[in-house]
This record gives sequence, C-alpha cells and structure tokens, in this order.
Amino acid sequence: MRVKYFAWVRERIGLAEEVLDPPAEVVTVGDFVGWLATRDETYAHALERPEVIRVALDQRHAPHGKPIAGAREIALFPPMTGG
Amino acid sequence: MSDTVPLTVRVQAEPFDVAAETALLTSGRTDIGAVVAFTGLCRGEAGTLAALELEHYPGMAEAEIETTAKTAIERWPLLGVTAIHRHGRIAPGEPIVVVIVTSSHRAAAFAGAEFLMDFLKTRAPFWKKEIASDGTPGNWVAAHDADDEAARRWEA
Repeated sequence: MRVKYFAWVRERIGLAEEVLDPPAEVVTVGDFVGWLATRDETYAHALERPEVIRVALDQRHAPHGKPIAGAREIALFPPMTGG
Repeated sequence: MSDTVPLTVRVQAEPFDVAAETALLTSGRTDIGAVVAFTGLCRGEAGTLAALELEHYPGMAEAEIETTAKTAIERWPLLGVTAIHRHGRIAPGEPIVVVIVTSSHRAAAFAGAEFLMDFLKTRAPFWKKEIASDGTPGNWVAAHDADDEAARRWEA
C-alpha cells in the first residue's frame, strides 16, 4: 500500500511517501503505526508518541481502531494546524 | 436542497480577492440578506516571523473542506458558501484562508461561517511551519486544545 507522511512526521522519517506491504497481523490503523515504529530507529523516533499521530485511510480520517484492510493509501501526520 | 446551494472550495498557492469572491456569490440575486466573510491572516509575531510555510495533503484538503461545507449547508439555511485555503509560503499580513457564507438572515450566516472555520482548523489537513526572521530552523506550529474545544461545542 502507498504510505504518505506529512509535516514533522515526514521530516523525521525523511520520506514523503513509500510503498510498504505490512504483514497479515497488522489489522488496525494502530497496529500499522506500531509496526512502522519497529522498522528502525528513525521510524521509532518519528512515531514515539503514537497517540498524537493522526491517520487517514484513502484520504479520510481514520481512528486508530479502524481496520486498514482494503485501503490503497494510508497517511500519517500530526494534528492539523490550518485555518 | 444542499445540491442546489452554490459551493466553491479551492486550495491554491495564489492570493485571493475577497470582494471578487463575494460578488460571485451575490451578483444577480435578490434573496441574500446577509454575507459573512472571515479572512485569516498571517501574523508577524512582533517581527520574529519571516513567513509561514503551509503544507497540505492534496486531494484530502479539498475533500475535507467540502465535506464540512456540505454539513453547514444541511444544518443552516445557507444560500452560498465559498472557502479558499492557501498553501506554500505566506508572509505576515497576507491572507491564508477565507470563508464566505451567504443567507437570508445574519444568524445562519454567522453560525455557518464560524462552524466552517472551527472544523476546517481541526479536520482539514494543513500544517503551518514558522520561518523565523533570524534564520533559525523553523518550528512546526502546535495544535491548540482550544481549537478542538471550539469544534466540539457544535456537537451539543
């Protein structure tokens, strides 16, 4: 699936987007964030406070308990500061 | 009903013209009795800020603003909505966002505009980074709990 990062999540991970294939045991948004954090120290640092990470599945806001099955695009970003 | 209310949502780098956008909503109509336009500007923070760099999630940014605007149109008797949000580098004094809401009467126009801004701030995927005047590395603006509370009060 296509994974996108924005704002300081993008800066800390050092990528704007990548394509990843999470293992089958990654069921929910929260599982996905936790799995990413185990990839290496860079991801672990970027996602050290998973509770502040907001996630969108196919460009719609998704709570951490939502299943990711079927999503083509997942985006991780900090709380929004527009307006 | 909501399908017939003029709705314009744009995310763009260029500045916008509030008077021209307002005229697009009101010209040729005699049923509009109230226009509320809110414009958000970039503050200079007493000279410490050179500019804001606004990042956004293309596609989702437009979709979230549109969803919020449609909710406002269902909730209040609005006659038109325009919402424009800029991205990229924005200097102090320049506009960042405008929402323009028209209605027959002022109460719906005020409420619709405030609702739209409150939800836009907490749901539309934009992030502000401060570019400091002294050349130090920029900081990402932190989200405010007060903004979340402002959005939540509409649930009551």
